[in-house]
Amino acid sequence: MEYVSPEGLRLDGRRPLEMRQIKAEIGAVSKADGSAVFEMGNTKVIAAVYGPREVQNRSQQLSDQALVRCEYSMANFSTGDRMRKPKGDRRSTEISLVIRQTMEACILTHLMPRSQIDIFVQVLQADGGTRSACINAATLALADAGIPMRDLVTSCSAGYLNSTPLLDLNYVEDSAGGPDVTVGILPKSDKVTLLQMDAKLPMDTFENVMQLAIEGCKAIANYIREVLLENTKQLEGAGSSSGSTSTAYVKSSAPGALDAELMHKFAFRGWIMCLFGMIKFQTLGIPCLSIF
Amino acid sequence: MLQNKSFVRKTRQGKVVKVVREHYLRDDIYCGAPFCKVCDSSAARLSSTASTILIVDTNVVLNQIDLLENEAIDDVVILSVVLDEVKNKNLGVYNRLRALCSNSVRKFFVFSNEYHKDTYVKAMVGESPNDRNDRAIRVAAQWYQTHLGDATKIVLITNDRDNKRKATEEGISAETVESYVKSLGQPGLLDLLAQAPSEDVAKEGVEDMRPSKKKIIYSEHKPMSEITAGLHRGIFHQGKLRVNRYNPFEAYVGSESIGDEIIIYGRANMNRAFDGDVVAVELLPQEQWHEEKSLSIVDEEDEEEDGIHLVPSSADDAPRVTNQIQGSLGNANSESSRPSGRVVGVIKRNWHSYCGSLEPMPMPAGTGGVAHALFVSKDRRIPKIRIQTRQLGNLLDKRIIVAVDSWDCLSRYPSGHYVRTVGEIGDRDTESEVVLIENDIDARPFSSQVLACLPPLPWSVSSEDLENPIRQDLRHLRVFSVDPPGCKDIDDALHCTALPNGNFEVGVHIADVTNFVHPGSPLDDEATQRGTSVYLVERRIDMLPKPLTEDICSLRADVERLAFSVIWEMTPEAEIISSSYTKSVIKSCAALSYVEAQARMDDSRLMDPVTADLRNMNALAKVMRQRRIDRGALTLASAEVKFQIDTETHDPLDIGMYQIREANQMVEEFMLAANISVAEKILTHFPLCSLLRRHPSPTKEMLEPLLRMAAAVGLNLDVSTSKALADSLDHAVGDDPYFNKLIRILATRCMTQAVYFCSGDLTPPEFSHYGLSARLYTHFTSPIRRYADVIVHRLLAAALGIYKLPGVFQDRPQLTSIADNLNYRHRNAQMASRASVELHTLIYFRKRPTDTEARIVKIRSNGFIVFVPKFGIEGPVYLTPRNDKGGGEWLVDEQQQKVKKTDGSVSYGVLQTVRIHMEVVEPQPNRPKLQLTLI
Repeated sequence: MEYVSPEGLRLDGRRPLEMRQIKAEIGAVSKADGSAVFEMGNTKVIAAVYGPREVQNRSQQLSDQALVRCEYSMANFSTGDRMRKPKGDRRSTEISLVIRQTMEACILTHLMPRSQIDIFVQVLQADGGTRSACINAATLALADAGIPMRDLVTSCSAGYLNSTPLLDLNYVEDSAGGPDVTVGILPKSDKVTLLQMDAKLPMDTFENVMQLAIEGCKAIANYIREVLLENTKQLEGAGSSSGSTSTAYVKSSAPGALDAELMHKFAFRGWIMCLFGMIKFQTLGIPCLSIF
Repeated sequence: MLQNKSFVRKTRQGKVVKVVREHYLRDDIYCGAPFCKVCDSSAARLSSTASTILIVDTNVVLNQIDLLENEAIDDVVILSVVLDEVKNKNLGVYNRLRALCSNSVRKFFVFSNEYHKDTYVKAMVGESPNDRNDRAIRVAAQWYQTHLGDATKIVLITNDRDNKRKATEEGISAETVESYVKSLGQPGLLDLLAQAPSEDVAKEGVEDMRPSKKKIIYSEHKPMSEITAGLHRGIFHQGKLRVNRYNPFEAYVGSESIGDEIIIYGRANMNRAFDGDVVAVELLPQEQWHEEKSLSIVDEEDEEEDGIHLVPSSADDAPRVTNQIQGSLGNANSESSRPSGRVVGVIKRNWHSYCGSLEPMPMPAGTGGVAHALFVSKDRRIPKIRIQTRQLGNLLDKRIIVAVDSWDCLSRYPSGHYVRTVGEIGDRDTESEVVLIENDIDARPFSSQVLACLPPLPWSVSSEDLENPIRQDLRHLRVFSVDPPGCKDIDDALHCTALPNGNFEVGVHIADVTNFVHPGSPLDDEATQRGTSVYLVERRIDMLPKPLTEDICSLRADVERLAFSVIWEMTPEAEIISSSYTKSVIKSCAALSYVEAQARMDDSRLMDPVTADLRNMNALAKVMRQRRIDRGALTLASAEVKFQIDTETHDPLDIGMYQIREANQMVEEFMLAANISVAEKILTHFPLCSLLRRHPSPTKEMLEPLLRMAAAVGLNLDVSTSKALADSLDHAVGDDPYFNKLIRILATRCMTQAVYFCSGDLTPPEFSHYGLSARLYTHFTSPIRRYADVIVHRLLAAALGIYKLPGVFQDRPQLTSIADNLNYRHRNAQMASRASVELHTLIYFRKRPTDTEARIVKIRSNGFIVFVPKFGIEGPVYLTPRNDKGGGEWLVDEQQQKVKKTDGSVSYGVLQTVRIHMEVVEPQPNRPKLQLTLI
């Protein structure tokens, strides 16, 4: 199938290096300590954070750091036909784990020993890239809850179809069966906290695709920072807690100059992860995830 | 940039699902006119002086693609809404349109109106998708008009009356195709127009052969909904219609639902379906199956003309055995086991353009007016096609190409339109081109982009190549090549060195084509498309440009060339001790022909090193060959013929069987060994994405005619395995020397052809090659003329770690489609070669009626089929005159495969030798054919 027309347009009218429209809103769940709704095109995700609070199950309590827990679920109405089992299946368990480990890597857990942080993410509407959207929503919610973090984690996916690297796949492109690289980065320190791919890609192509995803992550980071700033200003000014909404369209520029050595490391590790991903698919059935 | 959401309802597996998709509207889509001041004109395609810009609607594209392909039509804007609709309706036309849009010579521009913020239209409530699309086209036309201002005229071309009216109301100038073409003032273009079905009323003239006007000849096709329902309930069966190549009134539909082929007799039952159409078939009641059969024989006798043709080289080419049931007339069960049916609807048309000529007819009184004519395709499976033309006098003696537009149930023949003229009938160049067109062979010169990929000439091995660590310097070896005489594209060379330990080092050196053809380059794309070089009698259509095939890659004598080498160490018993693969530089010391090589080996006085090498190799090859045969490889024979061509006129001077010498077999043996070695190597490294070649075992049914024939002459063939068959073929020795070869030729044509495949698509047991009795096989040794070998070279290079594996290999569907294309091209190339040989045979015999010996290979009710060994052709000999319906004089004995005169005075049996007279006759104008008569 033709996912990129010879005119250079994707099925939904985007160009290969463009992201979908993103939209974020802070404070969607007033009961929670922090919450956010994050939209990437038609993918809509809500995140709520509770904590740091007392550890519910004492046996899990960690004496030197906070316990981070994450639950990912999909709303029954999130896809066209009604979902039968919105959580607890293998996929949800895997994504929960991925999100937990990604977030754990940036939360300064050692500052909050013997406490627990709960992150709940639910997909309200799914149209591809739910994983990335969840991480972005969780970041916002954690920031809203005032939990100390090293940096914002942002995530974006990129794929490779019709011999073209594509940024931010939607559902149609995602189900084409091509490689789908999900990357999570700490934008300030340029570190990768998540890298996943369930397919094979030649090394040099992979580097391009991953670079593209990183550009996407940075664009999202800029937007998220803007939203947080806006939110803070409002809190400061009116003292009211009404959420702020703004929209932005992000077009990623040419691949930025990352530290070459660092990139090489990324790529190398990424490749190992690809292999890991394959193994997972073929034999083990163990969720594959990566944090470094 | 705005965002918009479009809501689409979509059914999937019968379920109705609501699908919501994003739809981004943009402001960076440009109009494509270079003179536009607002838009970025870097990607503009329209001409800078365009005074009129055409916008076409979907139906115009679908019906008039031949017109659009004509150079007279230019400066056309194709809207993306039109492209999408065309893609959904007819992929073939879509591909042609895409080719037009990407052709740099033509000024076609694709305007993505669906993504442009000003031209996107949302469906209104109650508006049908068609109306919405028409409106979108009008909006886009209007946008163009206001965008480009008054300097340019935008013309909307539509044949839809309603759309045209609305467009005019909205202030867009709209025209129908006819009126626009007329305004161009080129009457020749009008012939290219497909006739709208509504014009049928005006058809007269050639209709006089029609029994009575407006009589319904074919039954109406069932509506699609009924067909789908019928398929679900199992009343109808879906399948591809295959018309019998040798009897256009008989067709087969391979149906999966009943697991057998359904036979369809007669045009009425075929109900306007063409060869290759996907049709829905209804089975006839069982009691009609007999009736249909007897009816078909009448039909057959009416028009049957088994042309003389080359001996089929495999089961795929051979005529379908239609009479095979007749042998067991008493057995009602087997008779009724072949269901017959009739077509109730066409699910997918396979219409394309056909090559042929007009049926001769008197010139109509008024010249210059529109005349109706009947077109007769060269392919006998295609019915006559009615066309309209304004240049009848011009076309009558020409080979022309015609496309089909429609076929309604009131007319006996489909109607179509003229596409282009190939040349004069009977002219050898024209007929050769017809052969190429019919087999879908691209004989155009290579484009400049492709030629730009070639290294600069004169080319020679550079010092870089020599220093390259991946390349071994083998120039010191005594390498030589053995090829047919006059061969210019030498892609293999050999060497054989005696080692001190008594073993031999044998090397097969193959031209290193992949050093010049890089993946993804235009050159590579072109070669992928062409797939193979095509060898016609008088010319060669190259897969790669001439500088590569004849110079840079060709392993000519006394020049340094790059090669990909397979080197074995072999014991004198031809056991391979070790094998290695490397890129190399070689310098061939002699380019021998088979004849020369054979002469050298035979001449005991010659003791030079090359001759010694040849003898050593020949000894090894004999051992290898024997071992292969012991393993069960079949020695099959084909009746290949060779022409001697006059160098001036290119007319054939002489034909004869191609002689196979020991030298040929020697080279063949080493090539086989190299191919097998490489196949094993690449498969171990790339178990999922290797390109291999397999030859499926023939099924019982396919060998049936061979067995019946063998039984008739008292021969017992064991076909259980290839080994058993090979042995029994060896034992089939008759009283004359040609007997064994004849049997082998007949055995060969029972086999299917070997095919390329991607190793990930099949399971290992299916990989085997039946004919060679090899577990694995691939093509490695002729990269100059076969693309498969190029792929295998890349795989092998990657397996050796020399180069990275190109991205194509990761994409299995694409690899499979490449393999399919290679099979298709390969087959077409063979068909074209055969057709070319047939053509030249005809030219040869036109001036030389000949008497010769022939062997009977098949018995028919009114004659028999003979095979002429000397010329490699096969054709019918009639015992009873064609139109004599009495025919009671001769009796057929199917069991004995004999035909006897009723009084018993004369009888002919299968494989018997007869003398025949061959001459060219022209029973129907423009269809000359060879006629064989018994002396």
